[in-house]
Amino acid sequence: MTVITDALCPFCGCLCDDISVVVEDNKIVDVKNACKIGASKIRGHHRIKSPMIRDDKNSDFKEVSYDEAIDKAAQILAGSKRALLYGWASALCEAHKKGILLAEELGAVIDNTATVCHAPSALAIHEKGVPTATLGQIKNRADVVIFWGCNPVHSHPRHMGRYSVFPRGFFSGKGRRGRKIIVVDVRKTNTAGIADEYVEIQQGSDYLIISALRAILSGHEDVVPESVGGVARKDLLRIAAILKEAKFGTLFFGMGLTQSKSRYKNIDNAISLVTELNSFNKFIMMPMRGHYNVTGFGQVCTWETGFATAVDFSSGAPYYNPGETAANDLLYRKEVDAAMIIAGDAGAHFPANSVRELAKIPVVQVDPYWNPTTEVANVVIPSAISGVELEGTAYRMDGVSLRMRKMIEPEHLADEEILDRLIARVREIRGE
Amino acid sequence: MELLIKNAAVYDPVNGIKGDRTDVSIKDGKIVDKVSSGCTGIDAGGRLVMAGGVDAHSHIAGSKVNVGRLMRPEDSRAGIKPRTKTTRPCTGYTVPNVYAMGYRYANMGYTTVFEAAQAIMKARHTHEELEEIPIIDKGALTLFGSNWPTMDFVRENDMDKLAAYVSWGLLASRGFGIKVVNPGGGEMWGFGKNVTGLDDVVPEFEVTPSQIITSLMKVNEMLGLPHSVHLHCNNLGKPGNYTTTLESMKLAKQVKAGKDRQVMHVTHLTFNAWGGTNWGDFESRADEIAKYLNNNDNVTTDMGQLIFGNATTMTADGPVQYANAKLLHAKWGNGDVELEDSSGVVPITYVKQISIHAIMWAIGLELALLTDDPYKVLLTTDHPNGGPFVNYPEVIALLMSNRKRQEEIATLHKAVHSQTKIPGIDRELDFNDIAIMTRAGTSKVLGLLEHGKGHLGIGADADISIYDIKPDEIDPSAEHSKIKSAFSSAAYTIKGGEIVARDGEITATPAGRTFWVDAKVPQSHTDEMMKDIRAKFKNYYSINLANYMVQDAYVTHQNVIKAGVGTAASEVD
Repeated sequence: MTVITDALCPFCGCLCDDISVVVEDNKIVDVKNACKIGASKIRGHHRIKSPMIRDDKNSDFKEVSYDEAIDKAAQILAGSKRALLYGWASALCEAHKKGILLAEELGAVIDNTATVCHAPSALAIHEKGVPTATLGQIKNRADVVIFWGCNPVHSHPRHMGRYSVFPRGFFSGKGRRGRKIIVVDVRKTNTAGIADEYVEIQQGSDYLIISALRAILSGHEDVVPESVGGVARKDLLRIAAILKEAKFGTLFFGMGLTQSKSRYKNIDNAISLVTELNSFNKFIMMPMRGHYNVTGFGQVCTWETGFATAVDFSSGAPYYNPGETAANDLLYRKEVDAAMIIAGDAGAHFPANSVRELAKIPVVQVDPYWNPTTEVANVVIPSAISGVELEGTAYRMDGVSLRMRKMIEPEHLADEEILDRLIARVREIRGE
Repeated sequence: MELLIKNAAVYDPVNGIKGDRTDVSIKDGKIVDKVSSGCTGIDAGGRLVMAGGVDAHSHIAGSKVNVGRLMRPEDSRAGIKPRTKTTRPCTGYTVPNVYAMGYRYANMGYTTVFEAAQAIMKARHTHEELEEIPIIDKGALTLFGSNWPTMDFVRENDMDKLAAYVSWGLLASRGFGIKVVNPGGGEMWGFGKNVTGLDDVVPEFEVTPSQIITSLMKVNEMLGLPHSVHLHCNNLGKPGNYTTTLESMKLAKQVKAGKDRQVMHVTHLTFNAWGGTNWGDFESRADEIAKYLNNNDNVTTDMGQLIFGNATTMTADGPVQYANAKLLHAKWGNGDVELEDSSGVVPITYVKQISIHAIMWAIGLELALLTDDPYKVLLTTDHPNGGPFVNYPEVIALLMSNRKRQEEIATLHKAVHSQTKIPGIDRELDFNDIAIMTRAGTSKVLGLLEHGKGHLGIGADADISIYDIKPDEIDPSAEHSKIKSAFSSAAYTIKGGEIVARDGEITATPAGRTFWVDAKVPQSHTDEMMKDIRAKFKNYYSINLANYMVQDAYVTHQNVIKAGVGTAASEVD
């Protein structure tokens, strides 16, 4: 029996690093400190056992060797003119680097799961910047915390305990009692249930509410009507006063803000609100990133290509134009002639029209688990679970880079090795 | 492997060589006395040969650089170059991608570059990027000036614990030296406040910037670190800040150097040699700084030269960046790091007809031209704060040619005449001065001369640049455009004995090494210090101590320089 302490959890963007696991005979028999979802991820379940291929997507898969599956995958990718390499959120940064190299070699487009998540936040950052801080700043200082369009009780179960609501820190010795928690949402979520202020807004009115708050804070409360987006003026005045009187405020925002009406413009407006609040006090903001290493792909892609995601290498140089080069843009226009879906599940999360398109083209899947993407795949290459069976780098939602520990020996190949072998085989096929 | 450079017009200030026609012999990556007769040769044909360029202050890797890229897709879209058989694709001008960083430095003949600031907690990110920057050797300075343990140990006046913390922090971050940015202000920016001078007290920690600077200088010398304290002064970006800069420099008198170098390096003076009381009466006081440097030997500086056009300001000085963003109505990036420091990123365009920018342009040049000893003023643009590093050749040409300066001055806002002294300065630097400001001096200031950088003596690293200039035939004053173009793309750049660039094309992309300093202190001091550190992690950090330190996996080509209390510095690979 081995006990591994200070392990990192490969579930959400909290990237909790205080997990203990007990290992017996290369099996995880106990997980301590993790939330229920994290513990379940660490324990694992229903793995794809063997590489599989099929030519006809209506027929059953045939189990094959890794060599055969990788060769088949390389044939598909090397033969493509416009391949899409999508996913990456549950892979380590070491795999991201190989993925970008493969995209370069193929002249492919590489995109990650942010495209259906926080990519609109990146667009807003291009416009306005990004006033943020590490999570420990919030733990030690925050006295006002807003959760806007996110529900950490369910999506990031330990966020409030470790970083944002309950912990006591250097300047925040009173913990929860010293913090005012504001939840803005379209329905009373469980997170709203623990808030001091719950602001229920009409669906799609986020932009209006943010504008109203900005007007009040800049001394123009006279222009704010009696009710904005379902919120009474007097309530907005009260919320604005709380924000203004904070010593250290934080705005956490989720897909309620990035994927609702107005999308990136909501974030753009929120950045302006946070920036302006810094005339009164300290205020920062942070996207509630979902997968544990979706942030990492954005970091690696940015330092390697200059752009965070949706990078098209068809000209040999990185070209970034979301709206044109993001995964769903390409699938919607039926441009893609082959796809590799790795460490992300397009089958489950893309719009129906995109999935229909994936069903028509050759698809390679690299993943530890059978999921809806498997149903549209021709080649399935099972991989080891990063952060459980492999060590390597991941980035927490606040951009802090951490090294994930290996808990047990893998029975499957690492993403990195699969990609290395793919790159080598693609080069052979293309005669380079 | 052997290589012989024949007929070289060598400028090697450390070894007193000023343009003498000589051969340079290379074997196994080092400069040697002689090589076998049949070895590969390059005929320099009387062209200019120097040691590879060494940059002591440039923001090339890490969290804030990547924030700059993320905030500025318009910048990444500049400078795009597709991949080739040898090179990965390049993007960016002020915030290039990792590949462009290495290729562009190498093309200019630079082979060693130091990232100027990393927070320990974010050092893993810095090293991830450094690992991917091809060709050049590198290192990173670690921020210590607003760290809670630093301020605690300064308040307790416990230099043993402070030294132990610095030693441990350098190991944790695989850092090369002590960087101090707006000391105390980084902590106060946590609540949107700042210090206003050297004697302000940081609330809760009860220490002053002056105490922080002095204490860190003392432990820097106790530990015998190769480099000195590297200081970004308080009040940067405020008119009249030259007085704070001078007061900070005077603190150096309290500490005796443990090595043959300065005890304080004050960086990017373009941003902190400012006179006046507001933007209306803003003026250069580079003359006052130069006067101080001419009369004192324990402080060095670098220019942080302003380059007209696009820049991206990025610094651990969070409050100045918020002020900049507000003043310029620009995008604002802020990235405070718990218990350690703040930071900010703001794009800017420097414009010739804006008086402030014209005056700032003059400051860097005045400093370099009014300071007698070029070892005291290094050539930098504080990349990408004053402008991108690819403009070093422009700066070299400006320093070597009064004619070029006068041509430039004619295009600038008239304030450059009334608020600076640059129009009346006719000094022109020579190749030896330039070799000091870009090689010998930077290497000496960093403490790397004895580790084979910045010179061409026997045993030095075979990092060499050959420029398409014949020093005995060119008149740099008149032919300044030739100077600029020759320094922009070296005829040959040789890194560790291998030809990595020729006439602006990258020919090989070996991995560079990362320098960091392993400074030993008595174990009992570390044990005492770690009690405090463990408490900090238990109560305040948002990650566990066990996951804090940068692992070996992130420094795969390391060059560890040994230092420490009571040890003579020595190098091991």
